[in-house]
Amino acid sequence: MAVAARKAKTVAPKPGSKASGSKASVKIIANFPQLTRDEDMHAYKEMLLIRRFEEKSGQMYGMGLIGGFCHLYIGQEAVVVGMQMGSKPGDQVITGYRDHGHMLACGMEPRGVLAELTGRRGGYSRGKGGSMHMFSREKKFFGGHGIVGAQVSLGTGLGFANWYRNDPSVSLVYFGDGAANQGQVYESFNMAALWKLPVVYIVENNRYAMGTSVNRASAQTDFSRRGLSFNIPGEQVDGMDIRAVKAAGERAMEHARSGKGPYILEMQTYRYRGHSMSDPAKYRTKDEVQKMREEHDPIEQVRARLINQWKVAEDELKAIDAKARDVVNDAAEFATHDPEPDVAELYTDILL
Amino acid sequence: MPIDILMPALSPTMEQGKLAKWLKKVGDKIKPGDILAEIETDKATMEVEAVDEGVLASILIEGGTDNVAVNTPIAVIAGEGEDAGTAAAAPAAAAASVAAAAPAAVAAPAVVTAPAAPPAAANAYDASSEVPAGTAMVPTTVREALRDAMAEEMRADGNVFIMGEEVAEYQGAYKVTQGLLQQFGPKRVVDTPITEHGFAGIAVGAAYEGLRPIVEFMTFNFAMQAIDHIINSAAKTLYMSGGQLGCPIVFRGPNGAAARVGAQHSHDYAAWYSNVPGLKVVMPFTAADAKGLLKSAIRDPNPVVFLENEILYGQTFPVPQMDNWLVPIGKARIHRPGKDVTLVSFGIGMTYCIKAAAELEKDGIDCEIIDLRTIRPMDIDTVVASVMKTGRCVAVEEGFPQSGVTAEIATRVMGRAFDYLDAPVIRITGKDVPMPYAANLEKLALPNVGEVIAAVKAVTYR
Repeated sequence: MAVAARKAKTVAPKPGSKASGSKASVKIIANFPQLTRDEDMHAYKEMLLIRRFEEKSGQMYGMGLIGGFCHLYIGQEAVVVGMQMGSKPGDQVITGYRDHGHMLACGMEPRGVLAELTGRRGGYSRGKGGSMHMFSREKKFFGGHGIVGAQVSLGTGLGFANWYRNDPSVSLVYFGDGAANQGQVYESFNMAALWKLPVVYIVENNRYAMGTSVNRASAQTDFSRRGLSFNIPGEQVDGMDIRAVKAAGERAMEHARSGKGPYILEMQTYRYRGHSMSDPAKYRTKDEVQKMREEHDPIEQVRARLINQWKVAEDELKAIDAKARDVVNDAAEFATHDPEPDVAELYTDILL
Repeated sequence: MPIDILMPALSPTMEQGKLAKWLKKVGDKIKPGDILAEIETDKATMEVEAVDEGVLASILIEGGTDNVAVNTPIAVIAGEGEDAGTAAAAPAAAAASVAAAAPAAVAAPAVVTAPAAPPAAANAYDASSEVPAGTAMVPTTVREALRDAMAEEMRADGNVFIMGEEVAEYQGAYKVTQGLLQQFGPKRVVDTPITEHGFAGIAVGAAYEGLRPIVEFMTFNFAMQAIDHIINSAAKTLYMSGGQLGCPIVFRGPNGAAARVGAQHSHDYAAWYSNVPGLKVVMPFTAADAKGLLKSAIRDPNPVVFLENEILYGQTFPVPQMDNWLVPIGKARIHRPGKDVTLVSFGIGMTYCIKAAAELEKDGIDCEIIDLRTIRPMDIDTVVASVMKTGRCVAVEEGFPQSGVTAEIATRVMGRAFDYLDAPVIRITGKDVPMPYAANLEKLALPNVGEVIAAVKAVTYR
């Protein structure tokens, strides 16, 4: 299994396989972190919204409505949704350039995010940031950063602010397997461990840093061990299984919140699309992508549980999908017709 | 409703491409994620994925067609339960409206002319009014003035803290933070490991959250390790966030040449930081300005790069004894009024101007010396007003000549006061070489008083 979890307690049944609804797998599931029916429904809705939003973004990019770079989160939805399900109000989130999913999971409005992608005045950054640069102080989302690895130091600084103020919040810092090789990541690990800052580092290992596979870029491919020399505990998690993500996230956040310092979670995940819209993805086979989609899709796993375990009717699931599409279509409508920023905006927001 | 598939743009620069081949045929069931076709762009062969579910009702552009413009309808998908036959008849009109709407909206900014930045009148700033009459002046070193500024602001605002290498236990590599640890404790005076990139990023993150960090770099040469966070993370975020996320932070430390420390410890970065919108850049000369400007910098809601000088740390100047001594950022100070020539400088560059003016006075040349104090935003009004009076300008800095701060001054003076100039502006700068170690060569590499005197004589035709 390509994304097999390392630790016994996080070993998942093969997601999406025939066994997941059968009697044989029930025993394994009993030892595995479970979601309630409401949690599964919540996870399904949240992940589906991100999936549909990203599909629409890809479509609108193709129509020339979105310019420049556009990095889609399709395939990785369980990571941010699962972490958010385990987080508390006040916890900060910061990530790199593949940020649309994180913003939606933080509760930011699809209209505002999509209008930023199209460079319109109703976008979160009033059209001046773009796909990679959006923020919401209200939702505690601190970007949206285009320099690979920069968010790790910045996010450690958010944790520093919590420590400074004796605030029980935890900073959730997302970065990829590529960013994990940047020097400032380890500078930040050192200081976070030294000062026991409340930070959870989430390595979204989607196996490719743009076109370079983990094996071609990393001497240590077990990213949960990247903090060992700073005594930062870490674990590998099946990032395609939202139950594993949420449970690991809760452990990590509890550790950080209780004053024990930082924690590393390597989320083994996969992006279905190219690195950005202009990536032909020649560095991997179609079979590899297809296999992940068919056997490990994070949304299909929840869907199967909703049907088999929770006996949710197909019609209800269809209605959820229709609602997600409605929300996304409404956002697309807004983002297409909202005016571009006033030209006077060129000279605003440079200094306060 | 039938759904049109349009020729997609698959890169930021793609305008047209070749529809290489279809991987689905009319009548095939389609679900999201299915690969429909292959398209050759200007860069690579890409796959077109289906977004919607349905049946491929018709193919409008055959495989192998070259130069298909982006947004041209290439196929039609019929929705669930729709008749593929009737769906195929509808697409053209619907597709055309989408195609027409999208590029028009995207193309709009190309024809818009950028509005010019508002012009400003040439009104000289009167710094002499900053200190109320009768204020006691206390002799203070620049080092003490900087320390006092930080201590006062830390007392006034619990969000202000200082972090850097050796700022706490060691009392500061140059003793600028002397006594602060004892006064404010280790949470507000934070010793960092030697890790500029990391701690600069941490400080910027803390500033995003609303703290007001003062980051001390042991010297600005080492800030090169951290310059990504100063520029990409601190300076640009307010703009990129549409005004939501400011970054109230001060980056400070000694900048430029000290004495005999070689090329890697002698670089003047004034011109580098002054190039970046979103930063304020301050470079004081006197202790009074150092104190008043640092207090203003700490209170400023924007990122401020505060460039000090090791040689000036020990120099003593009168500092006004006031509870709330603030010097505004972005305002120059006329250090010495005069009528024959305008000397403009900042930081340690002022020392050459002051000595030259004293010498030139003996020859009957009356120099006006302007201390810029802030490099960005630059108070060019005060300079221009002076040049309109004197008709001559010499600008002095220790930094390298190409793209230097004095080049900016000369350009702006030419633009604003061309008709008033009786001679070209002359720039005196450091030489265009990495700083040498040998005493004689180092002396040659820096500006000197003789060069300033010669420049003044040249512009006054003496």
